[in-house]
Amino acid sequence: MKDQAIKIEKKSTRDGFGAGLYEVGVKHNNAVALCADLVGSLKMQKFIDAFPERFFQVGVAEANMMGVAAGLAIGGKIPFTGTFANFSTGRVYDQIRQSIAYSHKNVKVCASHAGLSLGEDGATHQILEDVGMMKMLPGFTVINPCDYNQTKAATIAIAEHHGPVYLRFGRPSWPVFTDPDAKFEIGKAVKMKDGKDVSVFATGHLVWNALQAAEQLEKEGISCDVINIHTIKPLDEAAILASVKKTGCVVSCEEHQRNGGLGDSIAQLLAQNLPTPMEYVAVNDTFGESGTPTDLLDKYGLGIKDVLQAIKTVIKKK
Amino acid sequence: MAEIQELKSTASQVRRDIIRMVYYATCGHPGASLGCTEFLTALYFEVMDHDPKFNMDGKNEDVFFLSNGHISPLWYSILSRSGYFERDEMSTFRKLNSRLQGHPATHEGLPGVRVASGSLGQGLSVAVGTALAKKLDNDSKTVYVLTGDGELQEGQNWEAIMFAAHHKVDNLIATVDWNGQQIDGSNDDVLSLGDLPGKWRTFGWEVLEMDGNIMEEVLTTLKKAKALTGKGKPIVILMKTSMGHGVDFMAGTHKWHGKAPNKEQAIAALAQLEETLGDYVYENGDV
Repeated sequence: MKDQAIKIEKKSTRDGFGAGLYEVGVKHNNAVALCADLVGSLKMQKFIDAFPERFFQVGVAEANMMGVAAGLAIGGKIPFTGTFANFSTGRVYDQIRQSIAYSHKNVKVCASHAGLSLGEDGATHQILEDVGMMKMLPGFTVINPCDYNQTKAATIAIAEHHGPVYLRFGRPSWPVFTDPDAKFEIGKAVKMKDGKDVSVFATGHLVWNALQAAEQLEKEGISCDVINIHTIKPLDEAAILASVKKTGCVVSCEEHQRNGGLGDSIAQLLAQNLPTPMEYVAVNDTFGESGTPTDLLDKYGLGIKDVLQAIKTVIKKK
Repeated sequence: MAEIQELKSTASQVRRDIIRMVYYATCGHPGASLGCTEFLTALYFEVMDHDPKFNMDGKNEDVFFLSNGHISPLWYSILSRSGYFERDEMSTFRKLNSRLQGHPATHEGLPGVRVASGSLGQGLSVAVGTALAKKLDNDSKTVYVLTGDGELQEGQNWEAIMFAAHHKVDNLIATVDWNGQQIDGSNDDVLSLGDLPGKWRTFGWEVLEMDGNIMEEVLTTLKKAKALTGKGKPIVILMKTSMGHGVDFMAGTHKWHGKAPNKEQAIAALAQLEETLGDYVYENGDV
């Protein structure tokens, strides 16, 4: 597996978004895109070149971007807003809450550079609270795909879904390990590896880390059920409960604060339906800092070794 | 063109509705609602080409957005009186299970409302977006939006103002209720708006001014604004109004921004406003 990991193709999830956005433009005449001065970072140029009249540069003015997107949605368009995750959520939370969520507008809030893995820019840009904020908004769908292929597919899928969506992806080059032809079903968890000793629920970049940890543990005789929860809301409760009934313990993995993240959602579900020992691989109530993506994930407890350790710990609690 | 007299008579009934809604709710915002009555009456009963059957997308019709959502009693009266929903539904204003929320919302499906407002500073951006959608669809109708003046202290407005000029959103007519007052006092005391006409002009907008409490002037200015659409610039009307206009003891003071009259005050206010179209029914009502 280690050799495989070295050879595997790497591409960023934001590149997947850019590719998907272009496909959306081809398929839907009423799809429009807006960007707050980050066209290159969000990989939106291909859409802009193909559909210049359907692109709106809003400048460094994210609050207005959210309002304009809501207005375009009223007029029957499907707006995709593009900026960093930090500026897509916390900076404009009230605009999203009132003009988009409460007003149920068909706006797709597309957010790059989420989490620690944006790297050297540091904590000002490394938002780790966005999933929590967005999943709290009634009616919002929250999606965090795991690689290039899945981000592309998710981008295409959300255009077909009527309602506000938060699509979270990232900056770094990351292994591409899902099937390019896989259909993306919103709210449907994807089984990545079948196992019986522990349920590992992961989202975003950390699906890869979860799979790597599971491969290593396989050699030690520990069998992991690895499930990719690309849609954090609505949560695939049936898939989670089915896995946990089988394994009896849980590890959640995400590039986000422990407070308010995927792990919280899972814990809430289990507390009500099937109380189960659980460990979290998540950032624990701290801000990030500058560094390379891998160094940061390791330092803040989101590396492969951290998933591995969490699995061993939780199995002992069974 | 509807007779001026007819519009004034409608405005009188709208003012009665505002007083009664706020009285029965025991809360709400009568001040600026009364101040903007001529404007919204002219817009809905004369100027706009709109369909009370209500389509959310507003395609091929003029569309209005209310950014200063707290003047909801005015808007609800206007919407109801122009056929968007039954007159007597006004009796549910601010009550449990009502479509007439304290601040306007789409959540309960009230016809005529396209986006929630109340948290200030957001309506202009939304109006710009819908104006852009119209342009993409080659829809020649106009988008109107009303904002408060204190509301212009929200930075998002200036983002939208810059954007609309840059993108030549010239099918948009914004109006500012320039009554000079806000919750903590006058604009000048709280946070001065400075040279408001100059600011909009410098940002690239066509600027008109009017007295918003003179029906004739409102109609003439809205006509002028309409004639300026399609010429590469967004248009703003800076509308001087008097809060509480139409009720002598409420006029010209900020005291009635967010306060309901008691029974005696409600009766005194209603005595100054002719019932022209029939009051809505409020079960066991006492004014």
